[in-house]
Amino acid sequence: MDQGTVAIKRGLAQMLKGGVIMDVTNAEQARIAEEAGAVAVMALERVPADIRAQGGVARMADPRKIKEIMEAVTIPVMAKVRIGHFVEAQILEALGVDFIDESEVLTPADERYHIDKHRFKVPFVCGARDLGEALRRIGEGAAMIRTKGEAGTGNVVEAVRHMRLIMDGIRQLQVLPEEELMTASKELGAPFELVLETRRLGRLPVVNFAAGGIATPADAALMMQLGADGVFVGSGIFKSENPARRARAIVEAVTYFNDPEVLARVSEGLGEPMRGIDVRKLEEKELLQIRGQ
Amino acid sequence: MKRMVQIGVLALQGDVQEHMAMVEAAGGRAMEVRTREALREVDGLIIPGGESTTIGGLMARYGLDEAIRERVRDGFPVFGTCAGLILMASEVDGGEPPLLRVMDVRVQRNAYGRQRESFEAKVEVPLLGADPLRVAFIRAPRIERVGPAVEVLATYQGRPVLVRQGNLLGATFHPEICGDPRVHEYFLLVITS
Repeated sequence: MDQGTVAIKRGLAQMLKGGVIMDVTNAEQARIAEEAGAVAVMALERVPADIRAQGGVARMADPRKIKEIMEAVTIPVMAKVRIGHFVEAQILEALGVDFIDESEVLTPADERYHIDKHRFKVPFVCGARDLGEALRRIGEGAAMIRTKGEAGTGNVVEAVRHMRLIMDGIRQLQVLPEEELMTASKELGAPFELVLETRRLGRLPVVNFAAGGIATPADAALMMQLGADGVFVGSGIFKSENPARRARAIVEAVTYFNDPEVLARVSEGLGEPMRGIDVRKLEEKELLQIRGQ
Repeated sequence: MKRMVQIGVLALQGDVQEHMAMVEAAGGRAMEVRTREALREVDGLIIPGGESTTIGGLMARYGLDEAIRERVRDGFPVFGTCAGLILMASEVDGGEPPLLRVMDVRVQRNAYGRQRESFEAKVEVPLLGADPLRVAFIRAPRIERVGPAVEVLATYQGRPVLVRQGNLLGATFHPEICGDPRVHEYFLLVITS
């Protein structure tokens, strides 16, 4: 019997497809998320909107908080580590967390290198803004990719941009003649073998979720129609007026993303969504997505 | 020309595409099933791997649980893998109460531990030939008891991992993500015989 193999790590991500992963900051929120139909929860100290508002260094959550959330639910529990902080990752693996998010939402610990994710038995998910970034993270051992979007804004525009860039990158690879692939690999800054595999599959070799700014059932369905395998919702649920209802509605929207009648029904009367931020009004230094390339 | 067997894959959540690819590799035709209408069009149904609480909740909200149970009473073939098996079981430990209750087995959810305890292994299935199957157990359930009508087709570490009861088939592992279509070929046989 073999544990922590590529198939096992990528396999858990495959089981999450068509689902919604929700940010939670305590056991009660975790139970609300599970009850609403989340496929996993992301255990956090603060949701991205609060990290953005409060500033300071954002780090891995307190292990006690993570354990409390792991005890509260039977679905997989994910947690975030700072980019490059492999000791935070060792701690999360020791805790038995099911998936680690090496996340730009936390303050990076290393501005040059990401974690060597092949060394871990627990799978990792990483953010990406385009195909090259996605394939670099997979090359380092990521078992799942998500768009970076712009976390904590409640504004889907950056997630859309990143998903389109990834999908365009894949479509472009598929029409290139063979002799151009090595140069494409060089220009993408991506491992050649992964470029070939992506071209052959017509999709990323790992599951690809949308994240960063999703706040409504329509946002979630939009990302699914653009080709996402599933959706992360961060601040969008527990920063809204009626989290339980909104969570349920987003779960149904991800399953029935191609059925506008269902989308119309589940979008009705959800109360106030999170307020949101116009991303164009943010200064370059306030953007989370530029962390870790 | 004989009509190809049409197999539905319950597409509420989970690794639907992986199952569809295996059905095609086994020589069947696959379609996604999200509604009661679509369920009526298929000759058999696969309930994929995924999160059983999520799939179960959506099944109940959209009335698919009752629709599936009704068809099963008339001998409709259903194959559940991992979460799918949990949803078919008559008794479930460690989570939501049983949903479909069509297969006389008791299962324990997440019985091997958390994700770091998930594993790949070779499983001998005498019925499918001498070559063992290489399959994945991901946060897998364990079958703790099987009823008298249940036939055990394969065991791993002394426990049943692939079981059949009439036209119902259940696996605690994922045959759909390791590239070997033999279990899906067997399910096609269950449907056509």
